[in-house]
Amino acid sequence: MLDAIGIGSLDELFDDVRQAGCLLDRPLDIDKGRSEEQVLDVLRNLAGLNVRGISFLGAGSYDHAIPSAVRMLASLPSFVTAYTPYQPEISQGVLQAIFEYQSMICELTGMDVSNASLYDGASAAAEAAALAIAEKRKSNKVILSATMHPFAIDCVKTWALGTGREVVILPEKDGVSDFSMLGYMLDEGTAAFIAQSPNRYGYLEDFTGVADKVHQNKSLFVISSDPLSLAMQKSQAEWGADVAIGDTQVLGIPMGFGGPYCGYMAVTKPLMRKIPGRIVGQTVDTEGRRVYVLTLQAREQHIKRERATSNICSNEALCCLVSVIHTSLLGWAGLKEASNQSYCKAHYLCDGLRKLGYEAAPGFAPFWCEFPVLFESDADLERFVSKMKAEGIFSGVRLSRLTRNDKDALTLLVAVTERRTREQLDRYLEISKEAR
Amino acid sequence: MMEEFAPDRIVEPLLVEQAVPKRRGYLFAPLDVPQAAPLDDVFARNSVARLPEASELDTVRHFSKLSTMAYGVDYGFYPLGSCTMKYNPKVNEVTASMEGFTDIHPLQDEDSLQGCLALMYRTLKDLSELLGMKWGSLQACAGAHGEYTGLKIIRTYFLHHNEMGRNRILIPVSAHGTNPASANMNGFEVQEVATDERGLVDLNDLESKLDDTVAGIMLTNPNTLGLFEKDIRKIASMVHEAGGLLYYDGANFNALMGMARPGDMGFDVVHLNLHKTFSTPHGGGGPGSGPVLVKKELVPFIPQPDIVYHEDSGKYGFKWNEETSCGKVSGFWGNFLVVVRAFTYILSMGSDGLKAASRHAVLNANYMQALLKKEYSVPYDVICKHEFVLSLSNLKERTSVSALDIAKGLIDFGYHPPTMYFPMIVHEALMFEPTETESKDTLDGICKAMLQLKDMAEKDGGWLHDSPHHAVIGRVDEVRAAKNPVVRY
Amino acid sequence: MSKVIEGLKYSKDHEWVKIEGTTATVGITDHAQDALGEIVFVELPEVGADFEAGDEIADIESVKAASEIITPVGGNVSEVNDALEDSPELINDDCYGHFIYRMNDVVVPDDLLDAKGYEDYLSTLK
Repeated sequence: MLDAIGIGSLDELFDDVRQAGCLLDRPLDIDKGRSEEQVLDVLRNLAGLNVRGISFLGAGSYDHAIPSAVRMLASLPSFVTAYTPYQPEISQGVLQAIFEYQSMICELTGMDVSNASLYDGASAAAEAAALAIAEKRKSNKVILSATMHPFAIDCVKTWALGTGREVVILPEKDGVSDFSMLGYMLDEGTAAFIAQSPNRYGYLEDFTGVADKVHQNKSLFVISSDPLSLAMQKSQAEWGADVAIGDTQVLGIPMGFGGPYCGYMAVTKPLMRKIPGRIVGQTVDTEGRRVYVLTLQAREQHIKRERATSNICSNEALCCLVSVIHTSLLGWAGLKEASNQSYCKAHYLCDGLRKLGYEAAPGFAPFWCEFPVLFESDADLERFVSKMKAEGIFSGVRLSRLTRNDKDALTLLVAVTERRTREQLDRYLEISKEAR
Repeated sequence: MMEEFAPDRIVEPLLVEQAVPKRRGYLFAPLDVPQAAPLDDVFARNSVARLPEASELDTVRHFSKLSTMAYGVDYGFYPLGSCTMKYNPKVNEVTASMEGFTDIHPLQDEDSLQGCLALMYRTLKDLSELLGMKWGSLQACAGAHGEYTGLKIIRTYFLHHNEMGRNRILIPVSAHGTNPASANMNGFEVQEVATDERGLVDLNDLESKLDDTVAGIMLTNPNTLGLFEKDIRKIASMVHEAGGLLYYDGANFNALMGMARPGDMGFDVVHLNLHKTFSTPHGGGGPGSGPVLVKKELVPFIPQPDIVYHEDSGKYGFKWNEETSCGKVSGFWGNFLVVVRAFTYILSMGSDGLKAASRHAVLNANYMQALLKKEYSVPYDVICKHEFVLSLSNLKERTSVSALDIAKGLIDFGYHPPTMYFPMIVHEALMFEPTETESKDTLDGICKAMLQLKDMAEKDGGWLHDSPHHAVIGRVDEVRAAKNPVVRY
Repeated sequence: MSKVIEGLKYSKDHEWVKIEGTTATVGITDHAQDALGEIVFVELPEVGADFEAGDEIADIESVKAASEIITPVGGNVSEVNDALEDSPELINDDCYGHFIYRMNDVVVPDDLLDAKGYEDYLSTLK
């Protein structure tokens, strides 16, 4: 090989690096290589240091059931080791799977157009804000509801940081958005109002009249929703939203210490050419067969460069495949059942806690599968959590863990999925009684 | 409404088109608590979602069939330039599917997360050493996301130094499209820097664009032509003297592991693509992971929370730096299971293995370039790094066979085509990146195919205009797709 | 060689302008449509909106390219060519016969080229 190139040694390939004075003249301070067995040992040890428990943790990551077929199908080598489907002739499988995913997202949200995924639900909020600013001339402000997931608010604030864009927070009242303030906050420079339901506490938001108010101001209305909740609660389209966002982790993706997940975004038809990220479209090949191809690429960074609304190229394709397989197995009936079971079990637990005198879901709004429990003191909460932990139960997420705000230190978010059994719920209640 | 296609015009029906009412592929145990009161009408959904109604076997057959119509590295050679489609060792998949990682909730107590946190900490430590940087963040979920994050760190740095007038980012014309888009997302004005006749940054042009409104320059090194920017130290001192910072797009780092470090070249911020250099699979377009690493002065501004090690207790933990951090860029801590794969790769390869990988990646690219330049024109005929670019302008003028035609022709030989029409400064460009994991036989094979294709172009260009001839489908009508978009069923 | 028509004004961004009193009609030149290739989408401005010369006013997309239209004149958009919404390829067929938008109360900058000046400008491009 060296002869073919016309050089005498491998080092000569790096002459330019050496001449530039950039050659590293010492070995890296990184361990020597290991055999596969040794590597597996290290990783098994690390995995073993993590503790698993019966999870009542939620706040953006949920322990739902995952059919075995999901993991098996999503690990087929041609799905796993393909790049972005730039060459449609040898990528029909990936393209069609994404087309089916986009269709599923449109069906769940009621929207017209879905992209082929974003990174996750929180970063999707920032992408929605960017879309809105690009869509509305001379706008530089977005309004977020205070009840959005704290990390989603963080992502939007980061997006605005140092750019002159403004993020304004619509206050909350009794655990839901206080829409009485919205009219005053919407102004000429407002590109969008973004809210979430179920919100950060698990409460469902009542968006009656909100779309009209936002649209009168020529702003976009964005709703973030857990896609499994959409099997029961109104879809974003039913509320009159222009942009639907969220995360499909609840559709077959393991908790995986927070990622990879899969952000979804779907929009109404007028926004089709503004949506960020890849989109698969249907067309025909030279033989007139129905085929799929990446389309509307003129929106994207590789063509529009600095004029593109977003820079996204790699997305979460394999995770969107997982979610479409999961949803295919469950079907609408299965989604409704998973959603309803989560709902019923969460309410069973909430009712039980209330009977024990806990301040569970104290707001007026309904909740779906997650609710807040308010404690009187830090000591009470600590006792509750550690008693549960001693029994292998992760009892909930402290809201202050997300907001880093002392005012939320006494709020525990408790999530219940269809995976939790009656026995586990009753055990939770027993320990709650003891902790009282 | 969707257009109807005759059955012989459908390659594989959508699963929803195969629906059999009431068929299901997964069952839950019956509800074992009382049915709760239904949601109030104000909140209850009224519409039905049209989804597949399929058995488990229906679903398995459907997606298995789809998987046969996709081409991955496990099937054959994938020399897609700038994408580093190296083989993804299977041990990565085994470690990333350990339940001690997959079943861990991101908001568990820190003491129940010591394995995850240690893994992230050690990955950051190794990456910092590999790049010559101080520390970093694993929160970005892809390369472009890393760019966005890295530039946000630069934004935040200048914000804290009261230098908000630094509003311009310089980017070479040959750069990846994500660079200017990432700058725009951060509200920077983008200014292009010319490439000179060597295919490198034009120093005079750079000089003329440096002033106190420049926040920094984004460079890929080796650049998108596969050439090492030999003047990088000079560029670094020019930019630093003007008060700007240097951003390293790590898309091409597979050329340099253990050989050179961006930190030593003078770069201040770096992002890597774990799904390129560190052998995590691309998954048909993601998930990736885009760690961002920075020099000491920029550490306070990286996304929060940081991952820290407490020497006194010997425990790992999160640290929130509310005062200085640029904030959060994704929902939790990044694409952790992708990081597990990359960490597995680093452990397997070790310091020597990583260095050998880069040396062989560069060897393979130069070997292919040497074989192909006899018959194809190479716009910059010098030793390349991990990838190289051909220009088919002359061929096209002579035979009307384009870069696209040759690329499609490769499909009939069983290869994935190279990157086409990039970088934009080369006409009729084909960009090959063979990676280190391919054997000499494989490289000889594709070079032979490329030479045959050129012969065919000279003799019967028409045949190539219609290639591929042996794929599941023929060329697709992209104009129709974009003009009358059908993006859902 | 790209077609250039006498009697129109041209911008260096490859738009043509027909000025009649205080109104102006704007489209893209043959050079521009040829460079874009087969046009698949035109995003039209909002009727009634005000723009200054040099503002981004519309977008034209082909499969592999996207180009913004920088309005060569300022004014108030009085009419857009709705036919382009369904048939954007009309611009490829006859770019001088299919305008993109019309403006009232136009402000015409001094630096617009005449046909000869635009032809000379084109010849300086590669």
